[in-house]
Formats: sequence, C-alpha cells, structure tokens
Amino acid sequence: MKFTRFFTAAALGLALSSPALADREILNVSYDPTRELYEAFNKEFIHHWKEETGETLVVRQSHGGAGKQTRAVIDGLEADVVTLALAYDIDAIAEKTGRIPADWQKRLPNNSSPYTSTIVFLVRKGNPKDLKDWDDLVKPGVEVITPNPKTSGGARWNYLAGWAYAKEKYGSEDAARDFVTKLYQQVPVLDSGARGSTTTFVQRGIGDVLLAWENEALLAINELGKGEFEIVVPSVSILAEPPVTVVDKNAEKHGTTDVAKAYLEYLYTPVGQKLAAEHYYRPGDPEVAREYADAFPDVNLITVDSAFGGWRKAQETHFNDGGVFDHIYQPR
Amino acid sequence: MSRNRVIPGFGLSLGYATLYTSLIVFIPLAALAASGISLGAETFWAVVSHPQAVASYKLSFGASLVAALINLVFGLLVAWVLVRYTFPGKRIADALVDLPFALPTAVAGIALTALYGRNGWFGQYLEGWWGFKVAYAPAGIVVALTFIGLPFVVRTVQPVLEGLERELEEAAASLGANRWRTFRRVLLPALVPALLTGFALSFARAVGEYGSVVFISGNMPYRTEITPLLIYSKLEQYDYAGASALGVTMLVFSFILLLAINALQYWNLRRQGGG
Repeated sequence: MKFTRFFTAAALGLALSSPALADREILNVSYDPTRELYEAFNKEFIHHWKEETGETLVVRQSHGGAGKQTRAVIDGLEADVVTLALAYDIDAIAEKTGRIPADWQKRLPNNSSPYTSTIVFLVRKGNPKDLKDWDDLVKPGVEVITPNPKTSGGARWNYLAGWAYAKEKYGSEDAARDFVTKLYQQVPVLDSGARGSTTTFVQRGIGDVLLAWENEALLAINELGKGEFEIVVPSVSILAEPPVTVVDKNAEKHGTTDVAKAYLEYLYTPVGQKLAAEHYYRPGDPEVAREYADAFPDVNLITVDSAFGGWRKAQETHFNDGGVFDHIYQPR
Repeated sequence: MSRNRVIPGFGLSLGYATLYTSLIVFIPLAALAASGISLGAETFWAVVSHPQAVASYKLSFGASLVAALINLVFGLLVAWVLVRYTFPGKRIADALVDLPFALPTAVAGIALTALYGRNGWFGQYLEGWWGFKVAYAPAGIVVALTFIGLPFVVRTVQPVLEGLERELEEAAASLGANRWRTFRRVLLPALVPALLTGFALSFARAVGEYGSVVFISGNMPYRTEITPLLIYSKLEQYDYAGASALGVTMLVFSFILLLAINALQYWNLRRQGGG
C-alpha cells in the first residue's frame, strides 16, 4: 500500500514538474522524399534556436506517403507544422479540421513553398530510345513508368506536367487530353506510389523512361551509381511547389506557435535554402539559386495555378472519381 | 449449465467474451457500416455498382478463390508429406510453412515481383519462352495470394492427419479397397472439415490482402485493380464515405461466402453423422 502511494506521488510530481523541466518539442509531419532534407535541416535549426534563445529544442519528424500523412493529421496526429507535397493536401486539413485558416497559402512567400521541384525523365544509360521531350514518349514501343495518380500525390504532378506540355504545344484542352490518353496507354505498370515506380524501373528493369521528381531522379542517380541512368529535362514541365504551414490550433495547444513559425521561416534563410539545394530541391531564393545553377537546368516551368486554376480545381477535374483520368481507362 | 466447466464462472466468461468481441470486432465494423450508410442509398449504390468497382470485385474474389483452391490441393499435399514421411530437414520444412504468416506482406510482394518480373529468375523464362505474363497480370495476384494463404490449409489439416490412425487405412486395404478408394472413402471424409476450414481461412485472408498484391498486380484500372486498392484511392481523395461503402460491400460478400462455407461444413457433419 505504501508502495502504491509512493508511486502515485512520484508520478504526480513528475507530471506537475515536467512542463518546466522538459524541453519544448515540435512535430513536423512531412512526406517520403523529404526525409534526408529535414534530418539535416532539423539539426541546423536546433543549433540556431539554441544560439538565439538558449532553449534546447526537440524536433520530431514523421514521413510517409503524402496522402496518408495528411489523413493522419486530419484524424488527430498533432503536428505543429506540416510540410507536404501538394497544396491540396493542406487544403484538405484546413477544410476538414479547421485547424489551419483557409488563406494559409498567403502566409509565407512563394505560395508557402520555400523550395520547388519539377518533373523530369529518368532514362537508361545512353538514352537508347533517344527520348528528348514529351512527344518522344508517345512513340510506338516506348514504355513509360509512372505511378497511379489516384493513389500517389507525386504521380499527379507527372500527369499535369504532360498535360501542361501538350496544352502549351498544341494549344487546346482537347489536344492535351488526347496526348495524356496516349501517354498512359504506354504505361505497363501503375505502381501505387512513387518509390514503387522507381523500384519497377530501376530494379525490375521495366520501361524506357521513368517520370520522376527532379530531386528523386538526382538522388537515384547519385545513390544508385552514376552512369546507369541519365536525366533528360523536357522543354516544358510543371513547377512543383511543395507547401509548408503551421497547424495553428495544434501549435497553440502545445504552446509552440513561436517555434513553429521560426522553424518554417528558417527554411527561407540562406542556410535553409542551401540545404534544400543540396538535397536536390530548387531553392526559391534567387541568390542561392544562382549558386546552384549548374545542378538545375533551365526549363519552361508552368504553375498549377496558371494552367489548371489551382490544385482544388485540378484535383476535381482530373483525379476525382469520374474525372479525366478515369476516362482514359474506361473500356469503350 | 454452469457446473463442471474447466473455466469457472460461465456468466463472467460469457460476459467477457461478448465484451471482447464487441470491442475488437463488432464496434469497428459498425462504425464502418455507419460511415458507409451516411452516403444515402442512391449514392451508396452508385459507388458500389460502378463498373470499375464491379471489375475489382470480380478480380479480388476470383483471384482469392483460385488461390484458395490451389492451396486446398497443395496444402493437403504438403501437410501429408510433413505428417507421413520422414526426411532430412523435415523440421526446417515444417517451420518454413509458417513464414508467410510472419513476413511483412510488402516484402513478400516485392520478392515475388522480383522473381516473376520480366527480368526475374522465373519471369524471364515464363515470359520469354512461353509469353506467359505473371507479374503485372492477374496471374501474379493469384501467386501472391497463394503464397500468403498456404499456411492456413497446412496448419488446419496437419493436426487432423496426425490424429488419423494408420490402422484405418490398413483395415480398408485388408477389406479389399484400393489406394484411391481408401483415400476417397476413408481419409477424405475425415479431412473434409479441416480442409473446408483451411480453405475458408485462406480465402478470407486473400480477399483482404493489400500489401503484397499492389506490388505485383500493376494496378491497371479495370484489369488488375483489386478492391482494397480502390478503397485506398478513395481515401486519397478524402472520400471516407465512398471508401467505407466499398468496405461494407466487401464485408457483406465475404460474410455471405463464409456463411456458405460454414453451412457446407454443418451439412457435411450431419451427413457423416447420419451415414
């Protein structure tokens, strides 16, 4: 009996004193390809925060498929900040939970995207099928590897990039629809996620070209051995803007609003921008961009806002049930 | 009723069993059904009767059925060999049977795809010589489902086989039955209940499988898209109700099929008891 009382007292004491003793902690919920970037960035930020305020900070990170991560936050994972693949995902959190204001994207520069990326082609050594631009991908006998846009956020960028090219080149929505339909007829396997597609292309040896995020393609080349694959940059592609934001209500609850804000703002500083560039993301800061210009070739980058009227509209028109993508596969 | 039981307190154990199954099974399923029903009858029907969904049911249940049938035959064979013969490495073989239980299904999917893919050990011959596509085709789905379902048949049949007395077979032989007749009239009737249970378990497991299948199936709409993938793609659109509707439909199908297998089991027992 005495024993129990002692433990209860001890537990109570711990619980009461912990806010003063424990360091503050923030949780960054992100998606798969940013794992290495945020590991490096968190270290820098913790160091920076310690120097500025003397406080020792703990930054936890969570990675997974973007859609799954978003649902986790909607269903109650208490993220202080989210750094996701699409504005549409953060819109969904704002809409379903009200924990983020609807105009979140205006709070930080560049549509709340500190770094950007684009969609490029990864081809086999020597580019045996001589694929230079989107038009080459729909030639007979060319196999294109891309994941299923219904299940993969990254795959939606691939689809929109192809669409944006065709619309730019042929001028009409109908032509773009025809082009994308042809493009998906060249796809032998629709993996459920981007990493699955990379495995299919790299390990299984299937397909002539992999549509990939530039950062993933650069990573694949540098990690899987140079000389096995080559990157081909098409004439037109999409500007992928992975957005970041504070989850206001969660941060308020945890008393971490100031840290969460500073964390995201630090992404925009030269330190954050250089880290992004080193992890193969295109930095938004023009000066840092100039420094890393060699790594990122010039492409005519089209934004989702200008070509598709924003993510919400793109999602509804193209990827929701009954949308354009579903029609591509409908048996006639 | 409550006297002379091994576990004391019939009321307590019944109460506990009810609470436990409610918490673990009924309440989550009821929540699923409630979420699906929130769509309203018309939308619900539109979602679950969409041609793409119908194509996926056919594939999911068809492939699961084929896989369970394959396991029924070969699972019995494996169990027979493990029980009736001694050979070096038998214990290792016995332990290997459980491996599909323990392996994360995604790993199984990736390994099978590596084997049956165009440049894999099996795939290069199957596809190169005979033009038979396994990975990224319905056949690949059957392969994955067979793999994950095998232990269910082996492990349900094995103990029954071990319990069968050899004297029965000897008696049958001495009464003039040939081998086939002994198998059909003596062994099989004793094994049918266990085989049916193994078949039902293997089938049920296959219907719900997601992890291994998505790697080997290729996920082409209308052709190699299983229902769980369709549910997943609904969730990607934050369409929780639509996903639940498909989930409820699968549940109803599965329940009917399992009920039918149980009825078959009951009928079989009565017939044996009577004859």
